[in-house]
Amino acid sequence: MSEPDQPHAEQPYAELGLKDDEYQRICAILGRRPTDTELAMYSVMWSEHCSYKSSKVHLRQFGEKAPETDVLLVGMGENAGVVDVGDGLAVTFKVESHNHPSYVEPYQGAATGVGGIVRDILTMGARPIAVMDSLRFGEIDHPDSRRLVGGVVAGVGGYGNCLGLPNIGGEVVFDPSYAGNPLVNALCLGVMRHDKIQLARAEGAGNKVVLLGAKTGRDGIGGVSVLASATFNEDGGPSKRPSVQVGDPFTEKVLIECCLELFERGLVTGIQDLGGAGLSCATSETASHGGSGMRVDLDLVPLREASMTSVEVVTSESQERMLAIVRPDDVDEVLALCARWGVLATVIGEVTETGRLEVRWHGEVVVDVPPASLADEGPVYERPFARPAEQDALAADTPDSLTRPRTGDELADTLLRLVGSPNLASRRWVTEQYDRYVLGGTVLAMPHDSGVVRLVDDSDRGVALALDGNGRYARLDPYAGAQLALAEAYRNVSTSGSRPLAVTNCLNFGSPEDPAVMWQFAEATRGLADGCQEFGVPVTGGNVSFYNQTGATAIHPTPVVGVLGVIDDVNSRVPSGFAAAGDVVMLLGDTDDEFGGSEWAWVTHGHLGGRPPRPRLAAERQLSAVLQAAAGEGLLTCAHDVSDGGLAQTLVEAALVNGVGVTVAIDGDPFVALFSESAARAVVTCADADVDRVLEIVAEHDVAVSRLGRTGGDTMEVSGQFAVSLDRLRETHEATLPRHLG
Amino acid sequence: MTARIGVVTFPGSLDDRDALRAARAAGAEPVALWHGDHDLRGVDAVVLPGGFSYGDYLRAGAIASFAPIMAEVVAAARDGLPVLGICNGFQVLCEAGLLPGALIRNAGLHFVCRDQRLRVESADTAWTSEYAAGAEIVVPVKNGEGRYVADEQTLDELEATGRVVFRYAGGNPNGALRDIAGIRNEAGNVVGLMPHPEHAIDPLTGPSADGLGMFVSVLKSFAAA
Repeated sequence: MSEPDQPHAEQPYAELGLKDDEYQRICAILGRRPTDTELAMYSVMWSEHCSYKSSKVHLRQFGEKAPETDVLLVGMGENAGVVDVGDGLAVTFKVESHNHPSYVEPYQGAATGVGGIVRDILTMGARPIAVMDSLRFGEIDHPDSRRLVGGVVAGVGGYGNCLGLPNIGGEVVFDPSYAGNPLVNALCLGVMRHDKIQLARAEGAGNKVVLLGAKTGRDGIGGVSVLASATFNEDGGPSKRPSVQVGDPFTEKVLIECCLELFERGLVTGIQDLGGAGLSCATSETASHGGSGMRVDLDLVPLREASMTSVEVVTSESQERMLAIVRPDDVDEVLALCARWGVLATVIGEVTETGRLEVRWHGEVVVDVPPASLADEGPVYERPFARPAEQDALAADTPDSLTRPRTGDELADTLLRLVGSPNLASRRWVTEQYDRYVLGGTVLAMPHDSGVVRLVDDSDRGVALALDGNGRYARLDPYAGAQLALAEAYRNVSTSGSRPLAVTNCLNFGSPEDPAVMWQFAEATRGLADGCQEFGVPVTGGNVSFYNQTGATAIHPTPVVGVLGVIDDVNSRVPSGFAAAGDVVMLLGDTDDEFGGSEWAWVTHGHLGGRPPRPRLAAERQLSAVLQAAAGEGLLTCAHDVSDGGLAQTLVEAALVNGVGVTVAIDGDPFVALFSESAARAVVTCADADVDRVLEIVAEHDVAVSRLGRTGGDTMEVSGQFAVSLDRLRETHEATLPRHLG
Repeated sequence: MTARIGVVTFPGSLDDRDALRAARAAGAEPVALWHGDHDLRGVDAVVLPGGFSYGDYLRAGAIASFAPIMAEVVAAARDGLPVLGICNGFQVLCEAGLLPGALIRNAGLHFVCRDQRLRVESADTAWTSEYAAGAEIVVPVKNGEGRYVADEQTLDELEATGRVVFRYAGGNPNGALRDIAGIRNEAGNVVGLMPHPEHAIDPLTGPSADGLGMFVSVLKSFAAA
């Protein structure tokens, strides 16, 4: 073993992000001081980002409260969960954060966020077939927003477009809480045949360890530890730029095609992507999960720079790399196939029976550790958490006393103000930068409630995906906020006529070392686990991003939830826009006076306080059942969920999709009816001939329904109150993002 | 005998599967061609698909124009083989000298993906005979470097000889000179366009089925020959 040059000198564990007791534990595991290379590996593998040390005890609920289901082929713990969707087809999907890198270097941070989640999906044996993105930034007119939004959107688009993956939806939110801590969450969906599922296991002593893809360079060193698992200082992030990876989507595209051909020909026995923590993670995880040892010779790793040290090689997060476990007899065929695709492939080691991960460098053993101690036996913390005192004041500050619009003109002004507000305005400026057509399977994409894709050419089976979150709701009540995010995504999948099946989540929070933040996290995970149990949809995987804070100021707690549904026949999908004039417009669900955390309170009064809308999980299930049944019978011409901005926003969005106006009559308080954000509601339309059957289905499921009016004309009209032309609405709706973002 | 339409896959091609699907939907036998081969496998027509061949490094389409298969495509095109270049394929055709002009960064500097109206200016090619001249169709456009440019003399000549095949209608998405979306060679067997007809073969997955006509046109040209 190579010892540090000065055996009694202090080792630099603190600079690497390790705490005193963590360092002591490493020494105890090894029975000696770690080498520099070992110390570096523990520091990245035991980082918050890789080890989930603060979140693990809470995330267990997703397993403990998991509903009975027979659709999960691979559950949590692998790179991504795998869901059976029938016909011998399986899909895998997962959302992951790339928040910190995207603030430091927006284009590359966002691009490599997409690249990383795509490799997670590929690792399961699936062909990636779609991506989505959930983005949050500071105020739209913040001086840094142009750089961040422009860079992030170009990065998501630049990487995804170049990989040939349609972007089928997502969200963009502006709120001062994210200034200095933007959130970039990317989701990828993949499809495979059941028998093609791959696992990240290194098994079979003598099997070769083959590194595929890009050369290893000095980019992304310490990305998971000193960057992603630490709070930004007041001076911001640019000094951490070397910790951000640099993406090359062309290399990833050929890597994907090459790996899929390797899978198809059965040439790999295990595979793992190199993402956060690079080789440290891929080698230790595959060895640990396979119950094996592994010997790796770092001198064989192709390097971009010859002067790299062993520490840099094992912690580099250079993108577009995969680690494959290959039987010795198959090595030649693997290398030949990779050469055909122009993919660099190098045997760097082999699987052993020693139960140790052994790494050599310049002829010396620089690492000799039990792989599980890196991958699976990192520290676990029961962080203290406490409901902050200020939460009571926040709840007491209700929106009830805010001045409300009363007259028709005031209501119309409010409508226009909301329709053009940063969070409700058209997302076209963003979504036009994303290819939604490539691969030819996109059935619905933005601006529809969910993205729907046909899985393979010879089947009409499809899946729907929606990705939603609401930081303001979660700020007011993290338990309810997480459930409302889940409910919205669940509803958005249902409006397309799909059956919700499974959940992924990205939990974005401040520092876990702050008991108030930890309370938010505990509440949100509890809410989400309870919600998934109620809906009967299991969590299949996800990601936690802590330390989204600058100094002492944390972001709004922001659980982002992705729901996946299946639709047996994509031809029966229901779009979110009014199809034609003359259809009957109905509102499903009950509306109460609920304005806490609403867009109206925020946009017109800058107010955030009170209680968020009440989650109505039972009602959501019934609503979903109605939407699925009615869509299955081909009764609905449009279905659009009611959420941020309330019914008024829903009607405007549905009208603008195809330029079909609408006239509605409101019973009761028109302001509450139009702008309340009560959950478990959707607007549907159908032909006159189908109204009775729709009402029967609604009654069977005990869902409240009100007949609002009829589609047609070139205005949105609320009888007796106001009428606004679609041209004016469109202009207001479309102008906001281009005006601010260029 | 079923006509065979070949689609070249370069490293970084993305819409190759879509082009193969469109060929099949039109009634042809789709044939996958590999960039590294000197073999067109006896196909009756070739499509160079969209994507980012070789990462679009150097210039979009520049490296692909030197791929082994392009030597065969260029020779066959000069002998009259119908060749269609879509998006990146159009860029490759310009780089290979089969079509004049070049495609540069969009005027708005962003990648743009939208449902685009196009006016068919020339129905007199192997790929557009199914359309009526002057007809409007809707197909997706999606690119970051789709702005067609050429010198004034070339543009005048293209227009004077009826070699502008498609023009953008209802708004020019990328600042292309004279709203040019697609052009052809003198013989009319080689056509390049930025928009994507292969993404408009079924209203379920595209804005229309208007793009299918291009693949049907080339099949009919074989029947007529």
